[in-house]
Amino acid sequence: MEIPTARRSAYVWLAFALTCVAATPALAREETLSQDDIAWLRRDSFDLNSATVARYRELGRSRFLDEQLTDRGTDNLPPEITQLLGSYEVNSTPNDEMLVRLQEEQQKIKDMPDGDAKNDARKFQQQHANDLLQQSQETVMLRAVYGSNQLKEQMVWFWLNHFSVYGAKGRVRWVVSDYAQNTIRAHALGKFRDLVMATLESPAMLEFLDNAQNAKGHVNENYARELMELHTLGVHGGYTQQDVQQLALILTGAGIVPPKRGGEPPKLNPQMQPLYIRQGAFEFNPARHDFSDKTLLGQTIKGSGFKEIEQAVDLITRQPACAQFVSRKLAEYFVADQPPQTLIDKMARTFRRSDGDIGKVLRTLFESKELLASRGKKFKDPTQFVVSSVRLAYDGKPLVNAKPLLNWLNQLGEPAFGRLTPDGWPLDSVGWSSSGQMSKRFEIARAIGTGDNRLFTPEGSPKVGAGFPMLTTRLFYDAIEPNLSAATRDALGKAASQQEWNTFLLSSPDFNFR
Amino acid sequence: MDRRQFLFTAATAALAAPALSFSGKLFAAPATTPRFLLVFLRGGYDCNNLLVPYSSDFYYQSRPTLAIAKPDPNNPNSAIALDGNWGLNPVLRDSIYPLWQRKQIAFVPFAGTDDMSRSHFETQDNIESGEPSNQRNDYRSGFMARLSGAMTTVPSIAFTDALPLSFQGSKRDIPNISLRGVGKPAFDERQSAILSGMYQGTALAAAASDGLDLRQRVSKELQDEMMKANRGAPTAKNFADETQRIATLMRDQYRLGFVDVGGWDTHVNQGNTTGQLANNLSNLGQGLAAYANALGDEWNNTIVVVVSEFGRTFRENGNKGTDHGHGTVYWVLGGKVNGGRIAGEQVAVNQQSLLQNRDYPVLTNYRDMLGGLLARTWGLSGSQLQSVFPGAKPRDLQLV
Repeated sequence: MEIPTARRSAYVWLAFALTCVAATPALAREETLSQDDIAWLRRDSFDLNSATVARYRELGRSRFLDEQLTDRGTDNLPPEITQLLGSYEVNSTPNDEMLVRLQEEQQKIKDMPDGDAKNDARKFQQQHANDLLQQSQETVMLRAVYGSNQLKEQMVWFWLNHFSVYGAKGRVRWVVSDYAQNTIRAHALGKFRDLVMATLESPAMLEFLDNAQNAKGHVNENYARELMELHTLGVHGGYTQQDVQQLALILTGAGIVPPKRGGEPPKLNPQMQPLYIRQGAFEFNPARHDFSDKTLLGQTIKGSGFKEIEQAVDLITRQPACAQFVSRKLAEYFVADQPPQTLIDKMARTFRRSDGDIGKVLRTLFESKELLASRGKKFKDPTQFVVSSVRLAYDGKPLVNAKPLLNWLNQLGEPAFGRLTPDGWPLDSVGWSSSGQMSKRFEIARAIGTGDNRLFTPEGSPKVGAGFPMLTTRLFYDAIEPNLSAATRDALGKAASQQEWNTFLLSSPDFNFR
Repeated sequence: MDRRQFLFTAATAALAAPALSFSGKLFAAPATTPRFLLVFLRGGYDCNNLLVPYSSDFYYQSRPTLAIAKPDPNNPNSAIALDGNWGLNPVLRDSIYPLWQRKQIAFVPFAGTDDMSRSHFETQDNIESGEPSNQRNDYRSGFMARLSGAMTTVPSIAFTDALPLSFQGSKRDIPNISLRGVGKPAFDERQSAILSGMYQGTALAAAASDGLDLRQRVSKELQDEMMKANRGAPTAKNFADETQRIATLMRDQYRLGFVDVGGWDTHVNQGNTTGQLANNLSNLGQGLAAYANALGDEWNNTIVVVVSEFGRTFRENGNKGTDHGHGTVYWVLGGKVNGGRIAGEQVAVNQQSLLQNRDYPVLTNYRDMLGGLLARTWGLSGSQLQSVFPGAKPRDLQLV
């Protein structure tokens, strides 16, 4: 039995850690947080770091939640991270400009004579496209790790997944960072109906689910179907194939401004002109719209143009099925793989009473007894695992290279914007807790825990050992250690080095369930 | 047999099974046990441009830009005639057509499910669950998991990043490992023991220890294989690289496997003998041919079935693509498959025979077809089959 020695050595590491790690934020009050507080906070955030715990101590649970839900739009990041994200093309160029650039790039290639130069230009364009996708993925991940409003960061991931778009399709890469930032993030805690409208008008969604192609005489029902099946009502939400076809007609004409038109509106006859709508890269082109009267979910929608779309979205998002469907998914993400129906019903009632106010629905969830009753039973998905590991290990220290984060999520099969199908990644644990997933997870825990990674090495520079992180910190002894299982304590006691100790902690069931 | 009884049977079968870890010697597959690999094309591939109904004028009317030309020896982009009615997409000339000539592949058109939602996810889940769509009551149980429970001599594995629904709900851990990349194992035995020790007594105990164990063994075996074949690349460049690795593991250790291939949802500009669909088919065909090749003599003791959730609309849409349909074409391959033919019930391809004037009807339900095929392959009893496919009526299409 070597536990006492190991314990002692853990304290030795602790002493060492406290002398060489950047000072953690001062804790406002020195009382130990209750088990309930810790359990609640681990769900409300991508798990703990010192800054999150300190703010919680300062405000208490109820004001802490208020601050998150009132969301004054201050998604604070460390200045270094803000600077890094600002340097990315995808974050400094508006959507319509991005699409024009792409169009010009493609035209240039088209006009070149066949030969090596043309092939090189093609390769360069492919590389450029990949870079844009990578910048977009890094942006999402870095905000998840460093964002000060962790509940909002989780909601950004949740909605990006709920309204999932696949980055590698068509022009999606050129507009997907704007989608994350100005479509999803901007509405993440607002009204659900506005969020649906924002996604409907986003070039990323128009491109991914082909509604940009949906026009009178060339009807494409792809988006119409997924809008009801995946975004609002659920597959058993009471709509029919007929409803899909009718909604597809309603959606004709909603598309992306063709970059070739150089920003000019299309040529329209005088009757049609007032019905044309443009917003950034989105346009509603009445010349492509089917003006017949439609019947959707038993209601008549008179042919009128863009107003039909608003009427349809109002109608769909006010269905009881929509409140149930969205509440269930939220509960599945935050509470349990099989969330209690009592909780879903409570949330759905709030949804309907508040006309789909996401913040109010989240308040119902986060004030529920069901949330705390399920503590420690929700297995983290790969994104939660990777983000929470980096948050705990590096505790706010700004990394310089986010590429490893993307590699880890690729290896675990849950990259941002990497879901080929529009249903998003599964929210339950079954698919993420198989043997292949577990072994991969342990390896990533090792890469983070041993410092054997390039998070602090700029891309392209020769490898310099950044050293390993210190997980035996005050945060660990205050908030994690008191609740560890005997098996995990035992494993930590057998660690032969700080690196191994870190690896075991990040691999432990205590850390991987929240 | 009712569901309760089935669960009882499954539970006793699990109890009767030896210590529940596939990794021990207990699980060495008898050399003679046939192999079965399910290849799932996610996205609903356009079967009408794989198996071209070239004798149908209606096909050419319905697809003004997407149709593939009738067989014509002077046109390399025309369909390859398989019989008087059906032709093969010529992008498969060098990969799949040789198997056809050797009578090692059969196609089953008008195949699919009883699910009419035309939703990718609903229908994929329907197939992977193996339960009739109007009676699904266990949303976390897949037919391959139940099959693996019924056949303890059939070690199972999914070649995927995450465990697919097909293999979920098993009494013992079914491993999954993606063979797109293979590196050295990260942990030694002491570390592995400590890591799995933390999970002892939790629901993930088997997953944690099997995962560590499998990583060790797979990288050892594949390292040897990759060295031998002079292909030391840890990352597979394409599906054919991946299927060769799959063949290595299926040859020696596993008998029931699953792999999926995405990217078939071609609503826009799908192309015919070039473009999205053609590239995907070509990649798939090369992968399957590489798999057959890598298995050597054991190809004679192997069956591969290629399925997809549904077919697509028979007519092309306004964007030179196709939308979600119903009936599709399954592929059945193997050294001893009764191939070189178009199997199962068929109808003339014309407007009258379309379902809802939109897509292919389903005349062969996948549960009946796979049930019949697996019964012959592994000699499953009637009650075992009912546990795998509750309520199915196994149909023997004489595929093996």
